[in-house]
Amino acid sequence: MSAIVEKKAGDTLPPVTLPPVTRLDLIKYAGASGDYNPIHTIDDEAEKAGLPGIIAHGMWTMGNLAKLFTPYYEEGFIETYQIRFRGMVFLDDVISLQANVSEQQEDKITFDVSAKNQKDEDVIKGKVVFSLD
Amino acid sequence: MFEDAIGNLSNKVKNTVERGAVRKFADAIGDAHPIFVDEEAGKTSRYGRNIAPPTFPRVFDYGEIAGLELPNKGLIHGEQIYHYERPLLVGEDIHCWTEVKDYKEKAGKSGTMGILSLEGKGEDQGGNLVFRAEQVVIITEAVRRGMEA
Repeated sequence: MSAIVEKKAGDTLPPVTLPPVTRLDLIKYAGASGDYNPIHTIDDEAEKAGLPGIIAHGMWTMGNLAKLFTPYYEEGFIETYQIRFRGMVFLDDVISLQANVSEQQEDKITFDVSAKNQKDEDVIKGKVVFSLD
Repeated sequence: MFEDAIGNLSNKVKNTVERGAVRKFADAIGDAHPIFVDEEAGKTSRYGRNIAPPTFPRVFDYGEIAGLELPNKGLIHGEQIYHYERPLLVGEDIHCWTEVKDYKEKAGKSGTMGILSLEGKGEDQGGNLVFRAEQVVIITEAVRRGMEA
């Protein structure tokens, strides 16, 4: 793992592919976050809401994506983390997390970040500004 | 339906960045890194303590806003932004509150949707802002009808 400070526009952070999404993942996230909206854990409630099945919390995916940056906290921290929720994540989906440097300044590095499903569709997309302060 | 709530603030609520809650949260997002969960690693880090993952403010209580009673079902999370002055430190108290920044209604294919923008803030014991959390919530036609019924 090379230092984040050496990253230049066009460079990427090592991508991560998550294991297929399980019901237990979402139950654990509900408990840890306090978001008990039943469309994330109970089939009947998801169907009543017009969904084909339970869907992951958008914040679960956003939380996972941030881990690309966790190894670099000795160099700085995430100053801005901006996400648009673009698509739903279903059980058994395989999510890939990516971060590419879009801009490098003296004290900040800006990344385009995304989480894509197995069909290469963006489920979340946004940017991270990593402060080297 | 929430136009009148624009500018309304919640009461401030004291939250603690609890070690156990951070551990549970980091585990739930598959990111139980020593900087979050190992006390020794926290002590020897540049922060001198463990820190919390950037999406951890999801667990905080931001108080109640007068005139804004949202249903607990059917809301769609459209956008989320966190801005940090510094990371959250495990063990510290953070005072949180939230404000209705904007509300608009827009006609779409599946009816009228409400677009609600909220901004949460967290400050430390010294009154210094630690983070801002902006959130855009979509309220669909079906949910709006359910609330009016």
